[in-house]
Amino acid sequence: MASIIRKIWDRHVVTERKGGLCLLYVDRHLVHEVTSPQAFEALRLTGRNVRRPLSLLAVPDHNVPTSPDRLERIEDPDSRIQLETLRENAREAGITLFDMDDIRQGIVHVTGPENGLILPGVTAVCGDSHTSTLGAFGAVAFGIGTSEVEHALATQTLWQTRPREMRITATGALGAGVSAKDLILAIIAKIGAGGGTGYAIEYAGEAVRGLSMEGRMTICNMTIEAGGRFGMVAPDETTFAYLKGRPAAPGSSLWDTAVTDWKTLFSDDDGSFDHEESIDAARIVPQVTWGTSPEDSLPVTGVVPDPAGHPDPRVRERMVRALRYMDLRPGTRLTDIPIDKVFIGSCTNARIEDLRTAATVAKGRKVANGVTAMVVPGSGMVKQQAEAEGLDRIFLDAGFQWRLPGCSMCLGMNPDRLQPGERCASTSNRNFEGRQGPGGRTHLMSPMMAVAAAVAGKISDVREVL
Amino acid sequence: MIEKFVSLKAVGVPLDRGNVDTDAIIPARFLKTIKRTGLGEGLFYAWRFDERGEEVPEFVLNNTPYRGGKILVTGENFGCGSSREHAVWSLMDYGIRVVIAPSFGDIFYSNGLKNGLLPVRIGPAEVRELLSQVQEAPGSTISVDLAAQTVTGPDGKVYPFDIGSFPKECLLKGLDEIALTLEHEGEIERYERGGKTKTPWLFLDI
Repeated sequence: MASIIRKIWDRHVVTERKGGLCLLYVDRHLVHEVTSPQAFEALRLTGRNVRRPLSLLAVPDHNVPTSPDRLERIEDPDSRIQLETLRENAREAGITLFDMDDIRQGIVHVTGPENGLILPGVTAVCGDSHTSTLGAFGAVAFGIGTSEVEHALATQTLWQTRPREMRITATGALGAGVSAKDLILAIIAKIGAGGGTGYAIEYAGEAVRGLSMEGRMTICNMTIEAGGRFGMVAPDETTFAYLKGRPAAPGSSLWDTAVTDWKTLFSDDDGSFDHEESIDAARIVPQVTWGTSPEDSLPVTGVVPDPAGHPDPRVRERMVRALRYMDLRPGTRLTDIPIDKVFIGSCTNARIEDLRTAATVAKGRKVANGVTAMVVPGSGMVKQQAEAEGLDRIFLDAGFQWRLPGCSMCLGMNPDRLQPGERCASTSNRNFEGRQGPGGRTHLMSPMMAVAAAVAGKISDVREVL
Repeated sequence: MIEKFVSLKAVGVPLDRGNVDTDAIIPARFLKTIKRTGLGEGLFYAWRFDERGEEVPEFVLNNTPYRGGKILVTGENFGCGSSREHAVWSLMDYGIRVVIAPSFGDIFYSNGLKNGLLPVRIGPAEVRELLSQVQEAPGSTISVDLAAQTVTGPDGKVYPFDIGSFPKECLLKGLDEIALTLEHEGEIERYERGGKTKTPWLFLDI
């Protein structure tokens, strides 16, 4: 009797050392331009080869500008070098590359799944902490550093200790205007930014089962914001329906056999977890972060908390610091906080469903005066689909910018970034100090909530405009 | 490429904050490099320097005797967030070889071990004892002995810590982990042959 985490893990153990250190086989490896150059360089220096190039996908995403002229011009020479280095490394090793002129280019965690690369039961790694996204398919997927990228390139394996196992059960159903993003923010607020450290987390329960693959990816994506090693949702008919016919998914000759196998990937009822949590999804209201850690999340109906009310002096100190950085005063209603910028995008919330729900709120409305708002589709394919559905028109008519795919304003590495002191309603995943640009202030929220903020010019409860 | 670590006695640098994320350790704009070297100048950039690039006098590393310190003592969940190994490279490039904390982001912890930056996990109360000592007596030293798996505080109190036996050996001897793994080539090949028969869809080419 075992959890799905253990079932998939055990299938991938090549050999195990005493103390539970496992040599884990890597099925899928995604690389982007920021965390891979040093790994490829080290392979060259040691005379080693990429062991299974066709198990890899290379995609530029962090550095790419999202402006229409990016194929002609990238201002930053360092970004150009990283993009060119990825191109050369992929070519030299024989790795498939979705380059900037390819419709499939996009954020690695958006385009990978969209092309069917991530299947139930796989192990998938990438030099990026948000690789946890891919666990939505019932995969063991986790972020690694560059040394491990090098190790996986050379050996198709990684040394990993077994994770502790946690199950988080979300009972009930999410209400109108409440999305997967609100669910995961509420979970992180509950267990804390370090609550998942050392754990693999399975998300279960009615509210999770009711989510689309896009919603499940949003939840698994932010597992790392609770410190979790990876997140996972057991595959079901939703998963199979999403995958069928995707380019890299098994074709008709293998499909039925694969699905039969995938149906065995679930946690046995008495699979014993090291830790269990539950949350009532029906009681969750739209969430907004006020501070500089993803755990600083509150219902939008709340007020900025008062450090004086906290018993632990160290927490008080951290709260004071966060409030100073965010330029907020205790007791201020969250819905009284004005915003300068709105960012709808990132590996958390730039999939087609995110854009559809955002468009339902944007339709027939206008971005408030003085607010700059942008929508950045997660991939060229998402962009194309959205345009086929007329979502781009809705956003453009409302006054949003409609940009080219990439990580964009999530992380302050490309031209899209906040200026010091600017305040942003953002659908991304991290509100760390300086994350979206030095001195920038981030309020994390769902795509629907971000549109509501854009329209009102301040943080708003989207349920009031639905 | 692992840098050997055996033991170290150095000034303890107190950074009394929890959840120090890797964006704080090294902001994203410093990641536009294809090298591992030279990242020390970006270390804790937004805390060390102001908007004009001047040192922030209150920040611990800008003060004697902490400047250029080698042993950092800090709060829980150090290195959370992004997987960027640049965080470890920047700490090491600056000269830091040991970080002592109650807990670490998992990826950061692993990245540290792969490079020769020793992450030492000891209890929150023990970390507090060390923090207050190095705060109250600036310049007081901490000793770290990897073979013995101990930290010795300025007052001589010894704190044992856990570390996996394999990473410990790699650190002590400066071993090339990939070369060690390649000794398992036969087992990897056997795994692949079995997998291609049992679950061929996992071996489809991209």
